[in-house]
Amino acid sequence: MVEAICKEIELQDDYLNGAIIESIYFGGGTPSLLEENQLKTILKTIDRHHSISSEAEITFEANPDDISPSRLRMLFQNGINRLSVGIQTFDDEVLKWMNRAHNSREAFQSLEWIKQSEFNNFSLDLIYGIPIATHKSWEKDLKTLVGFEPPHISSYCLTIEPNTVFGRWQQKGKLNEASEDYASEQFYILTEFLRKFQYEHYEVSNFAKEGFHSKHNSSYWQQKPYLGLGPSAHSYDGKNRQFNISNNGKYLNALKTNEIPAELDILTTEDRINEYLMTSLRTAKGCNLLYLKNTLNYDLLRNAKPQIEQWKNSGLCILEDDILKLTLRGRLLADKLASDLFLVN
Amino acid sequence: MKNIRNFCIIAHIDHGKSTLADRLLDSTQTVNEREKMEQLLDNMDLERERGITIKSHAIQMEYKLNGEEYTYNLIDTPGHVDFSYEVSRSIAACEGALLIVDAAQGIQAQTISNLYLAIEHDLEIIPVLNKIDLPGAMVEEVSDQIIELIGCKKEDILHASAKEGIGIAEILEAIAHRIPAPTGDPNAPLQAMVFDSVFNPYRGIEVYFRVFNGEISKGDKIKFINTGKTYEADEIGILKLTQQPKQTISTGNVGYLISGIKVAKEVKVGDTVTHVDNPGKAVQGFENVKPMVYAGIYPVETSEFEELRASMEKLQLNDASLVWEPETSAALGFGFRCGFLGMLHMEIVQERLEREFDMTVITTVPSVQFHAFKKDGEMVKVSAPSELPDLGSIDYLEEPYIRAQIITKEDFVGPVISLCMDKRGEIKNQVYLTQSRVELTFHLPLAEIVFDFFDKLKTISKGYASLDYELVGYHTSNLVKLDILLNGDKVDALSAIVHRDKAYEWGKKLCEKLKELIPRQQFEIAVQAAIGTKVIARESVKALRKNVLAKCYGGDISRKRKLLEKQKKGKKRMRQVGNVEIPQEAFMAVLKLD
Repeated sequence: MVEAICKEIELQDDYLNGAIIESIYFGGGTPSLLEENQLKTILKTIDRHHSISSEAEITFEANPDDISPSRLRMLFQNGINRLSVGIQTFDDEVLKWMNRAHNSREAFQSLEWIKQSEFNNFSLDLIYGIPIATHKSWEKDLKTLVGFEPPHISSYCLTIEPNTVFGRWQQKGKLNEASEDYASEQFYILTEFLRKFQYEHYEVSNFAKEGFHSKHNSSYWQQKPYLGLGPSAHSYDGKNRQFNISNNGKYLNALKTNEIPAELDILTTEDRINEYLMTSLRTAKGCNLLYLKNTLNYDLLRNAKPQIEQWKNSGLCILEDDILKLTLRGRLLADKLASDLFLVN
Repeated sequence: MKNIRNFCIIAHIDHGKSTLADRLLDSTQTVNEREKMEQLLDNMDLERERGITIKSHAIQMEYKLNGEEYTYNLIDTPGHVDFSYEVSRSIAACEGALLIVDAAQGIQAQTISNLYLAIEHDLEIIPVLNKIDLPGAMVEEVSDQIIELIGCKKEDILHASAKEGIGIAEILEAIAHRIPAPTGDPNAPLQAMVFDSVFNPYRGIEVYFRVFNGEISKGDKIKFINTGKTYEADEIGILKLTQQPKQTISTGNVGYLISGIKVAKEVKVGDTVTHVDNPGKAVQGFENVKPMVYAGIYPVETSEFEELRASMEKLQLNDASLVWEPETSAALGFGFRCGFLGMLHMEIVQERLEREFDMTVITTVPSVQFHAFKKDGEMVKVSAPSELPDLGSIDYLEEPYIRAQIITKEDFVGPVISLCMDKRGEIKNQVYLTQSRVELTFHLPLAEIVFDFFDKLKTISKGYASLDYELVGYHTSNLVKLDILLNGDKVDALSAIVHRDKAYEWGKKLCEKLKELIPRQQFEIAVQAAIGTKVIARESVKALRKNVLAKCYGGDISRKRKLLEKQKKGKKRMRQVGNVEIPQEAFMAVLKLD
């Protein structure tokens, strides 16, 4: 696999048009399996084909049970400067219910090791909207979390997708997705709690101390080009998107014959406008109307002023200095509101 | 003329009319194998799917018996209560009728009403017991029903199975022997009755007629008596599987006429064709077909109004009973107020718009035509709630009533009566046709049966009930206009004129239904039903509180955009009233209130 990924890097070396790389992210699969020499090979190959900024944010995704002091040392020595750890919750009952590999003891242990390590930039994931949890247990999770002073927090509401274990449970009636009211109350508990601890709520699911926004994720929301490597990975060159085949075997076979098994998703200007609306409205930076006008040639106000006025009046958004931002209440409806502004033929 | 036999087939849906017609054509070699399609006479896709002959047709067969050559004209009749006038004209064109009764099911209301029509027109009835091969055939019992109904002898009843080809020869023979030849004077002025017309996109309207007196020849200058229009008979001929042009069609025979008529409206079923010079008299019984049910038809996309108009115009070319005029709705924009013969006709129009013209439409609450009598004595015809004059100016309102004949099994008499009572009906008569079959007669407001009455009747009687009805006039009624308000804004397309006693239930159910159908928005939506300013029912659509997916990173963006685009497309198809978005199904909700 590593060989194939390196081959892909080689074949795709002009995808980003020689742009300087600002961030690298190891994630979306099981990067914990990556051994030191493999990590070295990948980073070396990237370095050979691209120029990596000296300030680049290089994140490695890990689960609590993969973390050990030696592993941390190894990652740091190889240039990783940020960790993203899937804590999810400190509640053993919930961890078990969610079928997670780790328990709360491992979560505490891993965080202590991180605190003792050379990493000063790390992000912790927490999950809410769990049907078997309560507001009280959620607050307890949050309290425990901030005790470790993570510079960055991502917190996601549990969503139940079809064709997953939970999806099947739901189908069978064994599981009920948390109610909208319950989930939104948990969202408010989360945002209020983290605000008190001086975290900036800079995107629907992301919170950071000053200077610790994730560069990598922010670039997705600003329509910056990115190159995704490996099965299922998505790339964006500033105009179109492409995504690799998800089947590992087929991916490997294709690269053996020097082919990139990717499907191209050609984006029209409308698609790019829609994507920008969809992602930017989730962020604290908001949707920049001048960017829309100058780069995508779209005058949002001319097309949707009454709609936006109505949202303003009902406290869902703020329009200031050509920036359209959603309020907290608006962010809970970000998908609906973005969709309302979408251009479709 | 003495060897011509004009006949039709009277049968209930599914009792085997089409199959039998097919067999007759087969046996007389009117159709060869290659041309054979299943159920020949139903040649519109829609008809075949619904199993109903929507447009009647005619076909001529040659038949030899004992050295004599006969000409058989089979005139097909539509089998649904919406089209009863067309049936009456087809019957008027015949001297005889085959009464087909399913041996397993017995006689149904539709059959009886058509049978009465045939008897009224002095048609010779040949009763045929069909499907005698079925294990459930009740030959004795159904024979008794037939004898009681038409007063024939037991041996007059033919036994057949159209599907298996049993009894077909006997039927063909009986037609020659029992049905009288047409009478008429070949030398009298031309008198030919139109019993149907069909639109042909290349040749215009084809008129089907039966000559009662005189004869018609190619090139004749002809006149339609009721419309007063004159034409030249460009082509005339007889109807085989295909048309066969002829020089002359004589007294007693059936044929078609093409004379450059472009629009179906110009040809009225029941009208009389005669010569411009030496004109004859009109055949009796002509009626202008009047719509029974009215509804608005609107394009789903407001921008498609002109396209809809063009489609409606084309549709009207071969559906003379469809009437419409432009209408505007605050909620739905520009559309048409349409008049239909009944609910089935309405459905057919809607389906044809979709299939033949690719037009998806929104149909509004169907309404009958009310009469509003104003204090100044003026009468206003109201076929849409918006046409109702100012309440202060109205003295009283009248609504149309029907006489409904329902035939059912004894076991279901109770439920049928309570259904009709619930629909504000009044029972007028109850007759036992046989020991177990009962004919019930009701007076009912037409408005009560236009929606789901027939479906309900079928359900409560487990399918053993048939319905036929005719309009019997207008009666004063305590009617009110019920409005629906969304967040205080009236949705004109959801208003309805209903009986005061039914208003509360109607309002409540409609509010409940709308609550289900209106998608939640970021604010709460009040759904109210009101009579005037008085709110009689209320529901609310709770505000949407959370609609955001947790993650939106590189790999999520394409999929998520597509999802939201789909949402937006759905929203685009919705209509906006005030700040509330209403999906198109909501406008049809009234049809499915239970």
